[in-house]
Amino acid sequence: MADSSASGAKAPPVIELRNVSKTFGEVRSLADVNFQVNPREIVGLLGDNGAGKSTLIKVVMGYYAPDSGGEIYFHGKRVDGWSVATARSLGIETVYQERALCEKQPIWRNMFMGRELRTRFGLLDVPRMRAECAQLMSAHMGFTSAAVHPSNVVATMSGGEKQGVAITRALYFEAELVILDEPTMGLSLSETKKTLDFVRHIKDVGKSAIFIDHNIFNIYPVVDRLYVLDRGKVAGEFNRADISMDQLIERLYHVARTGSMEMPS
Amino acid sequence: MTGQVAEARPVGNKGRAPSLLTRYGSQMGIVGVGFAMWLAFVIAAPRVFTDVDIYLAFAETTPLFGIVALSLTFVVITGEIDLSFPSVMALGTAVFCLVTYYGGAPWWLGLVAAAATGVGCGLLNGFLVASLNIPSLVITIGTQFLFRGLELVLMNGTGVPMLVDKYPQMHALLREPLFGVPVQTLWMVGILIVEWLLLNRTRFGAHVFLVGDNQVSARLMGVNAGRVKIKAFILVGVTAVFCGLLSSIYGYYFWPSTGDGSLLYTIASVFLGGTSVFGGTGSVVGTFVAAFIIGAINAGIVSAGVNAFYTQLAFGLVIVVSVVLQTLIDRRIRRQSLTGK
Repeated sequence: MADSSASGAKAPPVIELRNVSKTFGEVRSLADVNFQVNPREIVGLLGDNGAGKSTLIKVVMGYYAPDSGGEIYFHGKRVDGWSVATARSLGIETVYQERALCEKQPIWRNMFMGRELRTRFGLLDVPRMRAECAQLMSAHMGFTSAAVHPSNVVATMSGGEKQGVAITRALYFEAELVILDEPTMGLSLSETKKTLDFVRHIKDVGKSAIFIDHNIFNIYPVVDRLYVLDRGKVAGEFNRADISMDQLIERLYHVARTGSMEMPS
Repeated sequence: MTGQVAEARPVGNKGRAPSLLTRYGSQMGIVGVGFAMWLAFVIAAPRVFTDVDIYLAFAETTPLFGIVALSLTFVVITGEIDLSFPSVMALGTAVFCLVTYYGGAPWWLGLVAAAATGVGCGLLNGFLVASLNIPSLVITIGTQFLFRGLELVLMNGTGVPMLVDKYPQMHALLREPLFGVPVQTLWMVGILIVEWLLLNRTRFGAHVFLVGDNQVSARLMGVNAGRVKIKAFILVGVTAVFCGLLSSIYGYYFWPSTGDGSLLYTIASVFLGGTSVFGGTGSVVGTFVAAFIIGAINAGIVSAGVNAFYTQLAFGLVIVVSVVLQTLIDRRIRRQSLTGK
């Protein structure tokens, strides 16, 4: 914890949203949200369905432009005309649940999907992709190199392992910030544990992540800091070091009832 | 508790590379079927099937539909189908005849015009399927009539003789055996090698698999799915024209009905070769072997002295049995790998 707050103080946040609102017709999905992710930090985004989690994430990814008045900063520099292309070129990668992989293809083809390595003659460098894939799998995914072969078809892997492939792929391609959209949805306990290990690993390699979930038990153990969204507003922001899981749960109940984090003391 | 569950499954059970059976199960199945059929023919008519002539016979005729089957494999892997190629065979050859026979242009110019026709037809099919999102099964039935109709109107329903005197170069390229080997099969082998490389060793080929497997995730990872499909349709268009020319030169005559009857042989070759109708998996080598099996049934039944009425029965048996076998093998492999046993 100390580590992340120290580095956060030195370097500007990887991404920062200032006074971001988003209105769809009459509906205000986000209202004056301030949100930031520091280098080497895993930030949790917690909230009920309809709290604005996915709208916020889509603003970060560039799918939605914020209403005028909202500003987006990348490494301390303001970026105008934030778009999907901008976000991608700056290294913001989203790991989608389920939809991320081509299940009938071998792992190595998935790892290099859309960014295949080629030889000097323009042909695919299959041996190199297989070798790099094996190396990534043992270095980042904790598979001993013999455990799962890069030529195995993805459909043969478990849900957690699939998330591992998707996360490793994002990291390998120099993602600065990985967005994890409910990565544990539909996974068994053991697979969830595996996925959470992959999430922790993101920090080990010096990158940052936003972890979206509506399950506090998944989020709390891996994040450094977390935001609680409620009805389009940031209802609370906590360092994990400052609050226990029980306290957090109590506050969440309070939010659900009153829409405010402030507890009468 | 979580930890126990995580460790419950031994990690090493998937340690090996997927076995040859897992990776090439369906291709091995088709080769086995082909071999069994060959044995049956040899036993039924040993004199015919130990003579080289029968093999030369199907080496000349199988590529007439087999070459376009190789390209059709790409389209099927992307999850689409092209039913219009028989008409493209005729339309491209018609354009060749118009340019050379009626227009008096040199043969190579005719080839360029014919190839351009193939590209045009593929482009139209691909555009309708990929850009307008029309199901290929439906729209290529439409373009099949469109291309055939255009050809019949252009040729006024008449054919064109394609004799050696008039087209010596074409005959040298597409009909004269090379060192005693039927040149049609040499072309098919050459195109197989090129298309194998295209499918397995280029980005385009990699994207063909990805788009057919899961178009949404391929798009999310920056693959232009529409462009991949259009290219696959163009590949079919160009090779269809090539097959049209090949079969017209083979028969010394361009019939306006060229391509009729090749549809089902071609499609059967693709599916018999282990390419999945659901897209995402497939192999040009499988298609190659399957095309020769289908070609051999045609020639073999008659040469074996069996009544030709049995041809269709034999086709039906071979196709149904092999596709059922492939499906069972695939399912078994999948179940094994899912349970890790």
